[in-house]
Amino acid sequence: MNTASKESHFHHAHHFESAAHQYSSAKQGVWLFMVTEILMFGGLFVAYLIYKSLYAPVFHVGSSYLDVKMGTINTFILITSSFTMALGIYFNQKNERSKAIIFLAITILCALGFMLVKFFEYSHKIHLGLVPGKYFNNPEFVQKVVDFATNMQATSSAHQDIDIAALKKIAPLYFGFYFVMTGLHGFHVIIGACLILWVTIKTAKGHFGPEYYTPVEGVGLFWHIVDLIWIYLFPLLYLVG
Amino acid sequence: MAHTETHSHDYLNHQKGLWSWLTTIDHKRIGIMYLIVILFFFLIGGIFALLIRMELFSAGPTLGIDPGTYNRLMTFHGAIMVFMVIVPGIPSIFGNFLIPIMLGAKDVAFPRLNLFSWYVFMLGAIIAFASLLFGGADTGWTFYTPYSIRQPNGVIFLVLGAFTMGMASILTGLNFIVTVHKLRAPGQTMSRIPLFVWSTYATAIIQVLATPVLGITLLLLVAEKTLGVGIFDPTIGGDPVLFQHFFWFYSHPAVYIMVLPAMGIISELIATYSRKTVFGYTAIAYSSLAIGAVSFIVWGHHMFVSGQSEFAGIMFSVITMLVGVPTAIKLFNWIATMYMGSIKLDAPMLFAIGFMFLFTIGGLTGVWLATLGMDVHFHDTYFVVAHFHYVMVGGTLMAFTGGLFYWFPKMFGRVCNDGTARISWVLIFTGFNVTFFPQFILGAMGMPRRYFDYLPQYESLNQISTVGSWLIGAGFLVALFAVIHGLLRGEKASNNPWGGTTLEWLATSPPHHENFEKTPIVSVGPYEYR
Repeated sequence: MNTASKESHFHHAHHFESAAHQYSSAKQGVWLFMVTEILMFGGLFVAYLIYKSLYAPVFHVGSSYLDVKMGTINTFILITSSFTMALGIYFNQKNERSKAIIFLAITILCALGFMLVKFFEYSHKIHLGLVPGKYFNNPEFVQKVVDFATNMQATSSAHQDIDIAALKKIAPLYFGFYFVMTGLHGFHVIIGACLILWVTIKTAKGHFGPEYYTPVEGVGLFWHIVDLIWIYLFPLLYLVG
Repeated sequence: MAHTETHSHDYLNHQKGLWSWLTTIDHKRIGIMYLIVILFFFLIGGIFALLIRMELFSAGPTLGIDPGTYNRLMTFHGAIMVFMVIVPGIPSIFGNFLIPIMLGAKDVAFPRLNLFSWYVFMLGAIIAFASLLFGGADTGWTFYTPYSIRQPNGVIFLVLGAFTMGMASILTGLNFIVTVHKLRAPGQTMSRIPLFVWSTYATAIIQVLATPVLGITLLLLVAEKTLGVGIFDPTIGGDPVLFQHFFWFYSHPAVYIMVLPAMGIISELIATYSRKTVFGYTAIAYSSLAIGAVSFIVWGHHMFVSGQSEFAGIMFSVITMLVGVPTAIKLFNWIATMYMGSIKLDAPMLFAIGFMFLFTIGGLTGVWLATLGMDVHFHDTYFVVAHFHYVMVGGTLMAFTGGLFYWFPKMFGRVCNDGTARISWVLIFTGFNVTFFPQFILGAMGMPRRYFDYLPQYESLNQISTVGSWLIGAGFLVALFAVIHGLLRGEKASNNPWGGTTLEWLATSPPHHENFEKTPIVSVGPYEYR
């Protein structure tokens, strides 16, 4: 925990007693905001789980269409970026400005790298017509889902008829989930990158130091949440098959 | 402006000019800015309500509007009143203005975020109104799928508007939670904060925890309309009942976002005008939290006939009735506060008593509706319309109006004419019952809600109801007159015109721009500043 020294050049806002008071308030605010992020994605995760259990074949075949290699690279990139973000905060606390700038810059590069990989993945999917409902155009995928469901039914002991016509209509649902979940997450990555750029510039201008680094830490928390959500998205989307 | 006549240095004359208002980070000024825009939205929503009642005055077409227009009027009346008036109303206006003062703080924890919330709220309102340029929306404020998916793009704007205003609501709630935790004056412990702060604090928790779920629901609805992702659309594998689950997971707790702050106002009014310390402070404080907690696990009572499982229906029915317990705790404590008090029937107290009557009717009919078998009969009838208007209008808006007259002197340094305010109460209270009590009967007779037209046997009760709506309209106009007259010609207010016993009455009227010249050091209970 940081406590501001008396001779600090940093002046806290008029309605706080001290810099430490302001710091702890800001931190509580950021944590509350993190709660809202998790609840928002929570809605998506609940919907995912429901449909995953309702239409297992769709999700099974769907995930086999994702590129696990790309997903793994992105997971690695994001975990690395969380580490460099933490270092960016650490070196701000230690007043080593140039090191802080380097690690914050690496974090931004990681974010861009993540989005670049996502761009390749997205364009490949769009090229194949593997997109949400209205624009979906990939009969081969639909056929695979139907085949898988028929096989599953043949091997299972419980005999229930599957509605092939309905299943064909449902098949694109997987890519609805894929694009909405990764899209919303990607949006957060972009916002996060912009915020990190903002604190990097402020670091370069010398706004932060051992007495005051609240924005860096707040942005860092946000970045970790973005990372954490991906840690859940990756297995749910790429590895379930 | 009236306040230029005052010679003291206060938040109103601290800085001058429109620009100083639009860029202010003073929580009191932001509260006033919310007051102005929310009163404006209330006027629009109220006009829509009067038009709806006019159309229903007689069976068959009455106003010469087509049923589609009627549906849009009904939708916008609901959306405006919910998302722009009742949800933001009390927290954004009175919460902003009063919470820091009641805590002995100089401002909310994040003043710039507070101003930002106001702009986000305004942006959301503009997006919502832009819907009218794109064919409007006739889905009702609940946007049920699959109907909303098949409607024109106006629905997207209204949905995105609601989403944006939800963000403002989250940010306001977040600000209040941190303010209550971090900015209490020295000695101002949690057991020394006024009950209004407790109830807005409980509200803020709901705002922060429930609104994000509405956010993702509305985003998914937009994705469903634009991309056809298939999460809510039954023709491509989606489940419309899931939409209802998601929607009510927010919108039921939102009902308590609407009414908890009102209960906070009532606690303050009853204490002041009974000349007594609130009876059962702890019980009332914790019952707010209890209502907030239970509110999260009752959403299924909106869906008894939607096709959710019978077992879920039974559970939701039982849990819903639990809400009655903390609510009754509040009501009995208020009555116990009044008992042996020297009650003064000034206008704000009349509104508080009106709240207790009407909210009790609204609450008890809520228990009927929570009863599984009865709900099957009452579902989607005017009984439900009457029930929630008794809670939202008879409850929240009565408290709001009472609170406005009560804190008006603190806000503007002038007093509204009490006689005029009492006349407005008589009109609103009478008109309200004339409007909505017949709707209980209509609903029990089976008249469905939301329809443009009805069978001839419902006509006479509908006519009574419409006449009542004119009385309500007249009542709010009188209240508006009292407020404007108070602003321009009102008597100068002393710091404590009502003999209030909470901390905010120690501040000057209107307060200094930092609330107190010197940060107060609190050494007494919440209702002991005499």
